[in-house]
This record gives sequence, C-alpha cells and structure tokens, in this order.
Amino acid sequence: MDFTLSKEHLLFRQMVREFVENEIKPVMQEMDETEEFPREIWEKLGPAGLLGIQYPKKYGGQGGDYLAYVIAIEEISKYCASITSGIAAHSSLATWPIYQFGTEEQKMRFLPELLSGRAWGAMGLTEPGAGSDAAMQQTKAYLDGDHYVVNGRKCFITNAGEAKYYTTVVMTDKTKGNKGMSILVIPADAPGFTIGKHEKKMGIRASATADLIFDNCIVPKENLIGREGDGFKMIMQTLDVGRLGVGAIGLGIAEGAIEETLKYVSQRKQFGKTIGSFQNTQFELADMKTRADSAQLIIYRAACTKDAGLPFGMYACMGKYYGATVGSDITRRCVQLFGGYGYMREYHVERMMRDAKIVEIYEGTSEVQKMVIAGHMKVGK
Amino acid sequence: MSKDVYVLAEQRDGELQKVGLELIGKATELAADLGQQVVAILLGSGIKDKAEILIQHGADKVVVVDDPMLAEYVTEPYAKALNEIIKKNDPEIVLFGATSIGRDLAPRVSARVHTGLTADCTKLDIGTIDSMPDTKLLLMTRPAFGGNIMATIVCKDHRPQMATVRPGVMKALAKDEARKGEVVDFKVDFTDADMNVKIREVVKGDSKAVDITEAKVLISGGRGIGSPDFFGKLQELADVLGGVVSASRAAVDAGWIEKDRQVGQTGKTVRPDLYMACGISGAIQHVAGMESAEYIVAININDTAPIFDVADLGIVGDVKAIVPKLTEAIAKRKAEKAAQ
Amino acid sequence: MKIVVCAKQVPDTTEVKLDPKTNTLIRDGVPSIINPDDKAGIEAALQLKEKVGGTVTVVSMGPPQADAALREALAMGCDEAILVTDRAFGGADTWATSSTIAAALKKLDYDVIITGRQAIDGDTAQVGPQIAEHLGIPQVSYAEEIVEAEEGKLVVKRQFEDRYHIIEVKTPCLITALAELATPRYMTVHGIFDAYREKEVKVWTLEELKDTVDMANIGLKGSPTNVKQSFTKQAKGKGLYYKDLSPEDAVETIVAKLEERHII
Repeated sequence: MDFTLSKEHLLFRQMVREFVENEIKPVMQEMDETEEFPREIWEKLGPAGLLGIQYPKKYGGQGGDYLAYVIAIEEISKYCASITSGIAAHSSLATWPIYQFGTEEQKMRFLPELLSGRAWGAMGLTEPGAGSDAAMQQTKAYLDGDHYVVNGRKCFITNAGEAKYYTTVVMTDKTKGNKGMSILVIPADAPGFTIGKHEKKMGIRASATADLIFDNCIVPKENLIGREGDGFKMIMQTLDVGRLGVGAIGLGIAEGAIEETLKYVSQRKQFGKTIGSFQNTQFELADMKTRADSAQLIIYRAACTKDAGLPFGMYACMGKYYGATVGSDITRRCVQLFGGYGYMREYHVERMMRDAKIVEIYEGTSEVQKMVIAGHMKVGK
Repeated sequence: MSKDVYVLAEQRDGELQKVGLELIGKATELAADLGQQVVAILLGSGIKDKAEILIQHGADKVVVVDDPMLAEYVTEPYAKALNEIIKKNDPEIVLFGATSIGRDLAPRVSARVHTGLTADCTKLDIGTIDSMPDTKLLLMTRPAFGGNIMATIVCKDHRPQMATVRPGVMKALAKDEARKGEVVDFKVDFTDADMNVKIREVVKGDSKAVDITEAKVLISGGRGIGSPDFFGKLQELADVLGGVVSASRAAVDAGWIEKDRQVGQTGKTVRPDLYMACGISGAIQHVAGMESAEYIVAININDTAPIFDVADLGIVGDVKAIVPKLTEAIAKRKAEKAAQ
Repeated sequence: MKIVVCAKQVPDTTEVKLDPKTNTLIRDGVPSIINPDDKAGIEAALQLKEKVGGTVTVVSMGPPQADAALREALAMGCDEAILVTDRAFGGADTWATSSTIAAALKKLDYDVIITGRQAIDGDTAQVGPQIAEHLGIPQVSYAEEIVEAEEGKLVVKRQFEDRYHIIEVKTPCLITALAELATPRYMTVHGIFDAYREKEVKVWTLEELKDTVDMANIGLKGSPTNVKQSFTKQAKGKGLYYKDLSPEDAVETIVAKLEERHII
C-alpha cells in the first residue's frame, strides 16, 4: 500500500490548481449569482487537457488515468461544483459509453471532438417517471430504414443546450423491459430534437440543466452504441465509472469549505479571542478533516482500482455515497461555524452548502448507492 | 594599487539622473573612510558640460567619455568604455544605480573584468571582516529572499568592488557651486563592431508612465479596496494632497492598475513624505518597498493586518467609508487655510 | 532556430513568512516553483519555436530536486531538459553561477538563449548578462516583447524606466525576459504524464563539463563575493493605532496628524 501521490500526479494537481486560481476563482461567485453557464471557462478546459484526462491519446485524450481525473474534479470542486458537474457529465457519462462500447469508426467520429472540448457532451437518462428506477424508461426509438425515430422526454439533463452530442438511453423494445434498452448518440442538430427551458436550481446554479424533448427525432442508425437491447448493461457500467468523479465533487466541496473556514476562524474574534481558539471550533474542524480525508481515501482507492483494471464498482459507490455525505455534512457545519456571516452570500460557504446537496441526489441518490453496495455485499442472499 | 570610489553618473538625453547624484553623495562618505577620492564617470554624447554639476554634488574628479557612439544607451559600447576606464584607473570601488541601465551594464562589466558584483544594495559601509582585519572592505547590504532577510556581502580579493544601488535609498548632497574638481577626457577607440545591436526605434516617455518614486505623497491601494473602480476615489484623495496613486502587488496582479504603480519587492522602493496604505494588508514584500517612507498611515478593516506594525498611524476601519470623507475634509481644511 | 532557456527553481518567496516571536524565516512548507521571469522565458521560447520552428532546450543549475522544475518545463512543451548539478557547483555567487551555466551552454548548439530577468530569491538580474559576456554574445535585457523573429535575427522591445528601444539583434544572442514578455501557458495533461513517463532530464555533473569549465570559476571558491552575514530586518516600531473609531473620527484623526506634520 502506498498512500503518496506519484510525482506526475502531484505536478498534475499543481497544474489544476493554477488553472483554478487563474480561471475559476475570480468568477465563481459571479457565476452563481448570474446562473449563467460559464462558456469561456469551458472553452479553456479543452485546450488545457482537462476534458480528456483519462482517455488514450489515440482518440485525442491525454493518456492519464482515473486517479488524475478524480484529483482534477476534487481540486476544481473546492471552488466550483457547477463546472465539475458539467465535466463529470461530459467526461464520464456522455463520453465513456462511446469509448467503451463504440466501434472504432464511432470512436474516431466522436471522441476527438469530445476529448478536446471542441464539442461538449451530455447524457440523457433521467425521465420524469424514471429516476432511481431507471428501468422505467418511456423514451422510445424505432428503426425506420437508415435512421431511428425517437419520441419522449428526458429531464434534469446536465449540459443540456450546451452540448453537441447527447448520449441518450432509449427503449427500442418496450416489451423486453431492461433488455429492450439501447443507447443512441443524438446530435444537437438532429431534426425533431429541442431543449426545454433552463431549470432554476438550489445549487450548482451555473451548470446548464434542462429537458431534452424528442418529437419524431431522426437519428442516423450509425449512432447506435453497442447492440440494441444492451443499453441497460452499458448504462450500469457507465454509472459505475461516473460515480468516481461525482464522489470527488462532494469531497472537493467539503475540502473547499474547510479551507474557507480555517481562514475565517483565525480572523473572526468573539469574547476577545479568535473563534479558532475555542475547543468547539477545533473539535469540529478536526472531525471534519478526518471525515474528508476518509472520503478522499475511499475515492482514490476506487480510482486506483479502476486504473489497475480490477472490479471497482462497489468502491465507486462507496466513494459517491461518502463523498456526497461529507459534502453536505461538512458544508452545513462550516456555515454553523461562520454563524450569521455563513448565511450571507458574501462568504463562499453559503454557496457550497447549496451546491453540496445535489451530490446526494444526482447520478444515483445516496439511497441507491447503499442499495448497490448492499447488493455487492450480498446482504440477505 | 586600487584606489578611489567611482560612480557611474547615469544620464539620459543629457539629463543627469538623480540616482547618480545620490551615489556620489554616498561615495563621499565611503571615500572619506578610505582616505580616497570620489570619481564620477560620465558617458554619453555632448554631455561634457554636465561634469561640473557632478563636482558640485561631491565628485572630486569626473572621467568623461564623450562620443556619438554613447548617445543612446547600448550595452556593448558602454561596457567597453567602462572596462577601459577600470583597466586603466584600477578603482577600489565602482557604484551603479540599480536601474534598467545599471542592472544591464554592471553585470556585463563585472564578468569582463572578473570581479564580484552585488545587486540592489540598500546600505553601503566601509568595514573589515574577521579573516581580514587590516583590509578596509566595502560592506554591501541588500535585501534577499523576497525582502525577508538582509544580507551583507563582501568582495574580498577581486577589484574593483562593484555594487548596484537602489534609486531613492541614498541621499544626494546639496549643490555647492563653489566646489572645484578635475574633469578628465577619456578616449575610447570605438569600432563599428562595438555597435553589435541596432536600435531601430527609441520611444520615449509614455505619458501614462508615472514615476511613483518621485512622489512626495503616495495614496496606495490594495486588494482591500474591493474593486478597481475605487482607485478613482484614491485618485481624488491623491489630488487634494498633490500626490500620486500607487498600489500593492495584489491589486496589480488582479489587473486593477498598471504595474508601474506597484510598490514593493517586485515593484518599486519609495520613500515619500506620506504613504497612505488603503486596504493593503502589508505583506513583507510590500513593506520592503515602503517602510522608509517618512510617515505611514494605514487604513484596513482587518485589525491584525501586518501593515499596522509599520504604520505611524493605524486606523482599523472601512477604507470605502473613510477615504471619500477624508478627501472632503482635507479639501475643506485646505480651503479654510487658503482663506486665512 | 535552436532556443535554450535557463530556468531556476526557487522557493516561492511570497509564501515565506517571518516567525514574529523568533524573527526568523519560516521556510517549512514553502513550495518550490519555477522562477516567474524564467517561466515567462520558457513561454517566449515556446512561442518562438511555434513561429519559426526549431527546438527548445531548458537548462537549470541547482540541486537534484530542481528536476521537478525541469519536468514542469517539459510538461509545458520544451523538447529537452538538462540539469546541471554537482556539489562542486554549490555556494556559487552570480559570477560562479554564470561561469558554470556558460560552460554547460558551450556544449550546446544555440541561436537564442533566454533567461529570466531576475530570480525572486536573489533579485540580482546579473546571471543573464554575465552568461552573455562569458559566451561573448550580445544581450538584450528587460525584454518586454519579441516583435519579429526569423532565422538569424530577432527584433526585441527593450524596456527602460522612461522609454523603450526596438532593438534588432543577430543570433546568437541572449535575451533576458520580463514577466510581461509572455504569459506562461498551462502544462498540458499529456505533457505532464509524458514528462515523467516518456521523457528524460539529462544530468550534467562536473564530469560532463570538464572540457568547458574552469575549476577556478565555480562554486564557493570561484565566487568573488561572499555573504558576511545575513539577518532579518528589525521591524519598524508600531505607531499610533486606533481600533474603534467611527469613520468621522478616523478622518478627524488623520487630518490632525497630517496638519501636525505639515503635509496639509
């Protein structure tokens, strides 16, 4: 067991920190206020290599690994979870199924654009009636000559309206349930495809979230990923991979909140001394730090296990579950240490607490993670 | 035997630069300690008449190289001239201003004559070291490590002992028109090859450029002023006091104001009569550039800001509330005085 | 065009703090970085290469840990990296440093050498011009912009306090870079992984430089200058300090003091 990061991972983390310092920190508060998708930052993520970290160079990726990917998500999330929510949707959910299950022709067609950031990706899975119960998909697709015709609606889709490619789960055979699902890559300009209105959210307000509406939408049949009917299997694997990054979002928010709080408690004075000199503050922060580091170890282990080519699904679920838990728990406690100031928008912990909540919900709620972990443990079997 | 304290009297367009006169002032003290003379070096074209001014400010002798090759500063002709003067006269000490000319020329010359050079000195003394108790050496003190420490450097065996000195640190002597000295013409045989670069264009004095080192009053803003717009308010305050606006590195790095306004280790060293630090926390790198101001006023919301440790008058409070009122009050006070 | 950049690894002096009790430097945990002016030099070199073609070699003299700075330069896109390191080079002043680096440069083919103007730990700005003198090539220091570049010739905007020169200089030459010369790019992610997994940092010790170096000019012994002593500055005493004044009272206090000192 080696708990130290390699020199290349340390240098990579330094590079991400520089990027955050220059590109994200100056605008993060404003982004939350305006609720505008930060296109100018996205346009810099690609050239910096941050949208293709864990993919081979052959397809325009950076030849890095999942450990580097989660480090990037963690570091950026310390300051802005809106951006990392978009990156996770792009790099894992939209891109990975193409990379893992696509044909060589499909990979060469989609990946160079996606991995370089010339095109952004989104995934269409959740529907109004299919959240945690992903099998209840209503969006249907049938083959008509050389194309599929898609009808239905996806909701709460991250990067909606900004992405060029939508990796979308559709029912090609409703009668077969889970075994009737397929994955189509639907381009933004497909006839019959429109974007619903921008959702107003509690947190991650600068990420773009909207419905995808398919009304006799025409999709070339060459955009089918894998085989018809394999969709559910593929999507479950995709979610495993996606969880690596999403756990790191919760972790990063927690670490960012601790950082802000450490600064604050050494300045803020009450009863004639800094509040950092009170034991309650010290115990709170010691406890938070321990929890955040535990989450980090779980998430890094999950990423390293994936990089080693070993089964990592349960670890990824644990990382997602615990990362989300520390994110919400720690930001709430940090706001408490700030007192009234923590409730004000001027200090970042207010935003962090709002941002953290979503991590317990999206990409599989904490309850779903526990279901999957229990499944891996064969509880009751 | 090496002797005498030489000073490069920098000129630009025939105008003697203040730093040269400051160095001559210091050199008179060093030369007195050594029992030697102060020699000014004047390089340029059509500048010989300026030699008298150098004598009036304390030089005993002026070595002049007056040559069209030296009209505009170019490293190689200047380095050649200095090298020949040093080779012929064997000075004990040569001092340069730590300007963009001095810091280009001095290292080139030190490498050519094979001697040591100490950069950006803030203090010069004559003294001895334990291992050489009988030799009077130049003790060259300079900030290092980003202004965090001071180091005293000596050059034991090589001559001349060379240093560049920060402008504004030493004090020029008052002009004494009765003072007499010797002016020596020094001939350098320049060849075309000495002009090893070609100046295509000289663009002088960007009107935006402000010399904060010359200002008597500096109103300085840091990150704590909250936004670049507030520099407008600082400017109004500077205007009523006849001063200039400067800034901390944080404000410059944030892109709020031009780099030539920056005070501190990586900016400029200033010593105005009044330095007012508004929303500047007072990082050591900043303090290094302003601590020798005659009077320092600091306004900062953070009651533990290190700037208060160097301030003559420290006010814990909101600059945004105080500065506009202060401008008003001073304007009013001045009007009252004018009416009296 | 063969471009060589000299870069130094330095402690980030902006992160150094003084221990208020002992008045000594707290150096623990201070990160090591590529000197900012040198990093601008690396960027300028990469841009020059992109414009006229060629290679960028980065050279650093320092302890073995300076390897990290060179990997960073490789990750930014430099083609080759050389670490000049030997105990015999230690304790060097600017003369001995420039002599050692010049000895290394003599073993390389170069058209343009770029150094940073100065390093943040020493702030001397001497090593660049001294290298140029040792190599007998022209220098253009305080470079703010490379205006034109072609094989055999550069046109550089050279900054002064009160003016600038547009200078045409033939190669080989040495440029010292101001931070304004170029804003450093980010390392690329693949560059970072390649820097450790694919590329190497060549290590040149005294042995490798024995043909070009003069033993009398290196290390502590080859340094004309020595540090007699170093000390932390005595902080100026704290003056008047008011904590709970209203803005009106604060203004009144300041005005009174300025009048007392005849500033108004």
